[in-house]
Amino acid sequence: MPGLIEANLPALQVVLPLVAAPICAMLGKGSRAWAFATLVAFLAFAISISLFIATYGGQVISYEMGGWAPPLGIEYRIDVLNAFVLMIVSGMAALVLPYAHRSVAAEIPAERQPFFYTAFLLCLTGLLGVAITGDAFNVFVFLEISSLSTYALVASGSWRNKRALTAAYNYLIMGTVGATFFVIGIGMIYMITGTLNMADLATRIIEHGDSRTLRMGFVFIFIGVGLKLAMFPLHLWLPNAYTFAPTAVTAFVAATATKVAVYVLLRFMFTVFGFDYEFQAETLKNVLLPVALVAMFAASLVAIFQDDLKRMLAYSSIAQIGYMLLGLAFLTHTGLMATIVHLFNHAVTKGALFMVAGCFILSAGTSSISSLRGIGRDMPWTTAAFVAGGMSLIGLPLTVGFISKWYLVQAALELGWWPVALLIMASSLLAIVYVWRVVEAAYLKPAPEGVTRREAPLSMLIPAWILVGLSIWFGVSATLTTTAASRAADVLIGSSQMLWEE
Amino acid sequence: MSDIVLDLDFVLGHYNYWMFVILMMTGLYVTVSRGNLIKKIVGLNLFQTSVFMLYISMGKVIGGTAPILLDDPDTVYSNPLPHVLILTAIVVGIATTALALALVVRIRETYGTVEEDDILKLEHEMDFGTQAHDGGRH
Repeated sequence: MPGLIEANLPALQVVLPLVAAPICAMLGKGSRAWAFATLVAFLAFAISISLFIATYGGQVISYEMGGWAPPLGIEYRIDVLNAFVLMIVSGMAALVLPYAHRSVAAEIPAERQPFFYTAFLLCLTGLLGVAITGDAFNVFVFLEISSLSTYALVASGSWRNKRALTAAYNYLIMGTVGATFFVIGIGMIYMITGTLNMADLATRIIEHGDSRTLRMGFVFIFIGVGLKLAMFPLHLWLPNAYTFAPTAVTAFVAATATKVAVYVLLRFMFTVFGFDYEFQAETLKNVLLPVALVAMFAASLVAIFQDDLKRMLAYSSIAQIGYMLLGLAFLTHTGLMATIVHLFNHAVTKGALFMVAGCFILSAGTSSISSLRGIGRDMPWTTAAFVAGGMSLIGLPLTVGFISKWYLVQAALELGWWPVALLIMASSLLAIVYVWRVVEAAYLKPAPEGVTRREAPLSMLIPAWILVGLSIWFGVSATLTTTAASRAADVLIGSSQMLWEE
Repeated sequence: MSDIVLDLDFVLGHYNYWMFVILMMTGLYVTVSRGNLIKKIVGLNLFQTSVFMLYISMGKVIGGTAPILLDDPDTVYSNPLPHVLILTAIVVGIATTALALALVVRIRETYGTVEEDDILKLEHEMDFGTQAHDGGRH
């Protein structure tokens, strides 16, 4: 039996939350659905840790779904990059669910909570599926499983604020357009190659050589995934969705969904499309690089003028996605490493910050920065967590944010693009401004009279502080994350057939 | 004389792609341009359906029959894979439409309208309505 489980771990990673989701809906109100979902998330986390350990040394696990051999059957292909993303996703779920108990109880009526946890598990299934699969069409199916459940989760914020409904609707429209663009792209490359297995696609695209259809397929996939990951001009769905969703959802989705989309982009850019180095490099340099730089500044500037804490953090997310895309646009080993390591670092940082926002909402009833005056004295632990997370967002030394920025700047300097390096540092200054606004309100301004705000419950503080602790731990000794990121970058470079520039 | 000659065979021979492009652009335009939330969903459906047509028409083999295994080894079959993929995509499309319609129902219940302009006006009032009266900035 243990051998059987071990052999089927890749399938269990996805099937476990998928099967658990409908069971969750049948458990009725009370804490049972929550406890069950949390248990499943912990099991999923355990599975992805064991997959990460198995692939950390550079091994590749190939799992044939249903015993059908690739390229005809669907293959789950796990290397260190997938395993790293799987660990981020399931780890965040395992931390957010304990946090969600109190937070969700305050934001969603009791009889609807089982359905909330069902949608949460479905979202987890979709995100894990996207990260684990080696089949291009399968990516679309899982992407839609995760997106559809995210729309429902965002809409469930409507008990707190009815604007969650329109936020979810707009997210649905833009997300579906993005997913459909992605399918069109896959259709184009299927027309040329006649296969959907990613490894098989890569070799057949090389044999086929460059063609206009392939270029169109590339562009459709690029734009489609760009919509999903909130690439700068395609980010319009994100601020409202993050602001009005229940806080537990925002913490989970902000830490995982866009990261998984960045992973899809990396996979398609490097593993699948190796057909034309020039075309890709030109696209990255002329489209992605400017877009990433604009995102870093425009989104940070907008963040400075937000009054709502959640909305401010949402705009900061768009800026942080800019950093990830920037590392990709460098097209070097160090740049890729910076992107991959920032996937983890930003997940930890933003997860912690959104959890803190949720604590404020629970105690003070609002996430408006102007009404958080003097809250540092009422809720010292929560506010301290915000300060630590904020330092990581800025990129101060001894936090994970510093590690990401360090590698990004290094990658820019390796190429001799020192203006880009300067821009990275300049954009960090903007982060100081928007983090400082909150710190100033929380510590330096007097509390409004007649308001009592109690410290958040431990079930919410502990997950937030675990994430803060991780963001400091991996900021001090970053060996594990940077080694994993470096090996993942090696995998991407090794799998891509491009004429690689050293 | 111009070197560019209209290649009529090429244009007509790819009529399935023209259909796809026209439907896709119509759908996308309706989705983006309409202010009525239901009409947006209609546009989105049109957009998705065009992609189904692209996939299904690319699986067609000239002279091919439906891919049901016959004893005759000379039978030519159409490619069944794109059809199967689209079965999945149709399911995804239905789920999306159902969810979108459910959201519109809830929006209609809470806002009392399905017109985007009216909703934006209401949301603007929620954001700034009270402040404008307090500060008297108008």
